[in-house]
Amino acid sequence: MASNPQANDDWLARAERMAERMRVRGFDYVMRNGGGYLSQICSSAEIFSYLYLRGLHIGPSEAPMVPEPFAGNPGQANPDYENGGLYNGPRTADFDRFYFSPAHYALVLYVALIEAGRLGEEALEAFNTDGSKVELIGAEHSPGVESTTGSLGQALSQAIGVAMARRHKGESGNTWVMMSDGEFQEGQTWEAIQCASHYGLGNLAAIVDVNAQQCDGPMETVMTIEPLAQRIRAFGGEAVEIDGHDMAAMDNAYRNRAADRPLFILARTDPTRGVPLMNERKVLHYLRFSSEEEKARYAREFETMKAESQAWNS
Amino acid sequence: MELVSRPHVENFIQWAKDKPEVVVLSADLTNSCEVGQWRDTYPDRFFSMGMAEQNMMGVAAGMAREGLVPFIHTFAVFIYRRAYDQLAMSIAYPNLKVRFFGFLPGIVTPGGVTHQAIEDVAVMRAVPNMTVLETGDATEVETVLDAAHAVDGPCYVRFLRGEMPRLFPKSEPFEVGKARVLSTGSDVAILTAGITTEEAMRASSYLAAEGIGVRHLHVSTHKPFDDPQVLAALRECTAGVVTLENHLTTGGLGTAVSEMMTDNGIGKRLIRLGLNDTYAHGASLPYLLDEYDLDAKALVAAVGTLVGRELNVSDADIDAVRGEGAADSKAEAL
Repeated sequence: MASNPQANDDWLARAERMAERMRVRGFDYVMRNGGGYLSQICSSAEIFSYLYLRGLHIGPSEAPMVPEPFAGNPGQANPDYENGGLYNGPRTADFDRFYFSPAHYALVLYVALIEAGRLGEEALEAFNTDGSKVELIGAEHSPGVESTTGSLGQALSQAIGVAMARRHKGESGNTWVMMSDGEFQEGQTWEAIQCASHYGLGNLAAIVDVNAQQCDGPMETVMTIEPLAQRIRAFGGEAVEIDGHDMAAMDNAYRNRAADRPLFILARTDPTRGVPLMNERKVLHYLRFSSEEEKARYAREFETMKAESQAWNS
Repeated sequence: MELVSRPHVENFIQWAKDKPEVVVLSADLTNSCEVGQWRDTYPDRFFSMGMAEQNMMGVAAGMAREGLVPFIHTFAVFIYRRAYDQLAMSIAYPNLKVRFFGFLPGIVTPGGVTHQAIEDVAVMRAVPNMTVLETGDATEVETVLDAAHAVDGPCYVRFLRGEMPRLFPKSEPFEVGKARVLSTGSDVAILTAGITTEEAMRASSYLAAEGIGVRHLHVSTHKPFDDPQVLAALRECTAGVVTLENHLTTGGLGTAVSEMMTDNGIGKRLIRLGLNDTYAHGASLPYLLDEYDLDAKALVAAVGTLVGRELNVSDADIDAVRGEGAADSKAEAL
């Protein structure tokens, strides 16, 4: 972990342990699920840990520790619909809003909620099972999910609308967005940055998991987005590049943000962090085992991670 | 017939006066959508989004989540064609109160294929949670505001601008889900929406003179489509049904009527007039109405087919029996 003046602060030590536990729990459910979005857990555990323990100014969860079964989509015929954002606390004027953009990171969000005490660990028993809200990718009924963002590149615009409305109403709270780097291939993302810059939204902060991986493989082979920081700055946004596993650096970027433009924290991450076995693979987006033998190797890797984590936490 | 010029301009300003939650989003078509004066009256409630409709949909969604009620004003094509995924996922799925005011429906504009919204009703009707309305005269343009505002969810409105007739009295405001019964015959049911109602009314004197009992309904709600008056007309008119729409015959009013007939086991002939699997092009409205068989002549001919008579008439024949010489609305300009 990078050395930093705040490295000995209590929140940071707690957040580092939380990120480690998130990887173990996430890896566990990927194995139970027979595969899944493992690299996203490896890359973004610190991002979510930072957000829930430090970055987000939010109140206590207003939702049950174990979600009710899926009870229909939003609509006029379903007035009792409950939004997954209830796990992020009340929507009061001073609290932050949190928009979670890459919906396929759902398992990372769920394990973050568990480690932050907002969701019961037994809730994950329903992960990716029929009739459950704890879905593989999910929508806004899923725990912690404020808006439906599985079609990538849409949350930033929504968060901009939220930030504009909140400024219009004179509210003090900020609006956060967690994004993935692939979303910067979408034209809408650049429309959004253009807009957030035009309206000088200093109340908007995005943290981006720049893991340089996407569904087809390494982003530089699919469609490059670099130099990302320069591109964002050219569109009028503030871009800060950091080691994406250094939560003190995240905090420094957030605390020292500009007041008159949107902040983009570019967290450059290692998508195999904690699971070096994944370095054998060219494509990391979704871990699908090609043989029982391969699955067994990942199972052994998981047991190693679990043992190391237990030793560290004991 | 009274012609009204730009009724939305002043009406929308007055209407929004005591509604601080109402905001307007525009994608660089502010004066073109008659909200330039609105912007100048309520500058803090007007948000210029530039030519970036996908982002505009998301921004509207975010604002709606915070309790504002965004009224998007832009050309219809740029709502449902350019930003469909965004309107479906960011706005319609969560059932947010966003109002889409889509200008230039069908062939009212000489702007050509890029500006003519010919499949918007089909697309928007297919969106779960969406309410789909259409205005046909000045009274509906003025009173659809209250109707749309009362919808608890997203609402798309095919909107008229510029000079338009007042076909319906101000005392009879827009009602969601309720057609206007313009004549009560029981030979042929004629269902029209938007600007085609005025066109169909041109033919009513002629058809009456021919002794054909027409049940003419003006439909202003495409979804939900469950008006018992419409169902009664379909059931009771013995010779069949004609729909006339400023839209493709696929997915719009004609399709909704055919669905209602099928669902209710009504086995009689339906003739759907509209754009038949074709794009249009840039020309004046009267020219295009004639070219694509969307005018009174085509309607009369279709009615003739249903009653087993050949009614091949000219515009002059129709106008000769029209009671009053209603001036046609001024052609659209960009």
